[in-house]
Amino acid sequence: MCMTCGCGKGQTLIGGRALGGSHALTRQRKPGEEMHYRVRGEDATHAHPHDHTPAHSPAHDTIDFGAGPAGAHAPGMSQSRMVKIERDILAKNNDYADQNRRYFSRHGIFALNLVSSPGSGKTTLLVKTITALNGAQSLAVIEGDQQTDNDAARIRAAGAPALQINTGKGCHLDAHMVGQAMQRLDLKEDSLLLIENVGNLVCPAGFDLGEAHKVVIFSVTEGEDKPLKYPDMFRAADLMLLNKCDLLPHLDFDADLAVENARRVNPTIRVIRVSATSGEGVAEWLGWIKAGCHSTVAAKQKTL
Amino acid sequence: MHEMSIAESVLQIIEDKARTDGYTKVKAVWLEIGQLAGVEKESLRFCFDVVTRDSIAQDARLEIIETAGQGWCLECACSVAVTARYEPCPNCGSFQIEVTGGEEMRVKELEVE
Repeated sequence: MCMTCGCGKGQTLIGGRALGGSHALTRQRKPGEEMHYRVRGEDATHAHPHDHTPAHSPAHDTIDFGAGPAGAHAPGMSQSRMVKIERDILAKNNDYADQNRRYFSRHGIFALNLVSSPGSGKTTLLVKTITALNGAQSLAVIEGDQQTDNDAARIRAAGAPALQINTGKGCHLDAHMVGQAMQRLDLKEDSLLLIENVGNLVCPAGFDLGEAHKVVIFSVTEGEDKPLKYPDMFRAADLMLLNKCDLLPHLDFDADLAVENARRVNPTIRVIRVSATSGEGVAEWLGWIKAGCHSTVAAKQKTL
Repeated sequence: MHEMSIAESVLQIIEDKARTDGYTKVKAVWLEIGQLAGVEKESLRFCFDVVTRDSIAQDARLEIIETAGQGWCLECACSVAVTARYEPCPNCGSFQIEVTGGEEMRVKELEVE
């Protein structure tokens, strides 16, 4: 784990159990092997089990052409060579996301990736959504949080199957974690899958999970300029739910300005004003979900 | 702060390629990172140093090629430079800009032994 940024691996839990198989997005560390941190320019005063003496240390005024692995030098030929790679850094995640997406389309599953900052009311809105759907739509929920099973427990109490992914120190869900969670959830044919990402408006923007849409939840207790401060997320989302709208009369929050700011970074973003407390906009949100489920099932039937 | 995951993905790409190409030491890595990719370069350098420790890329030089953000303005139908997503079109002031470049994150090349 990185003490500087809070990111790290090896602490991811799905439903309280360690992430199965090899988490191929990360380099596998040997048992007992620890990650070491070094600030650039820091000397080796802290303990290391290995030697950091650079290979070029002995004589800086000597260029030794015979020191390479080949032990010789051919004129014009360097010991080293260039390797063209041209590979997307997130290709591995994207491969997993494609696998998830193929699974979703084969089984008519409409998957949504819900993203927001912490405290925007994602879980409460999900509970409201589940209650309002009232069993009319088969659904499952994947909950992402750094720690605790609290959110999944709330979803299960609302009557929907839910699986908690604890990312440990990780700041986002990735497609491999979601793929593993899907296997454990026993997703129903032609169902709805709601993935509640870790509360974070930065990192989840870059990680495709295979979802049909990212839905960003933005509450009126935040600032109107949030879309400008976190443009990547608002850009990546297809729908914005402006949440906690029942509080508007009590706040100095300009909802029109908030929507205008969101459209500045994403001209095509759709906006629904909702309140999980008063129920405002929930019918429109459910309508949007139902339309998505319908077209996902229709697309599946076309390919059969 | 997903630079740690990105650095780990870079290392994995390097290690995968090492298995097929048979090199044992990476001396330099060239990455292409778009201006609009949402990656903090200095943070990525720090994370790269951390994750490459004790790997074939330990002490490798990290070269980051930054590619410019580009967009297509739907209002004035021309290609424009985009330095941030919330900026208006420099020609007409419209926000109806479709980003066409500057979102890439690629490992381009390696210098290996």
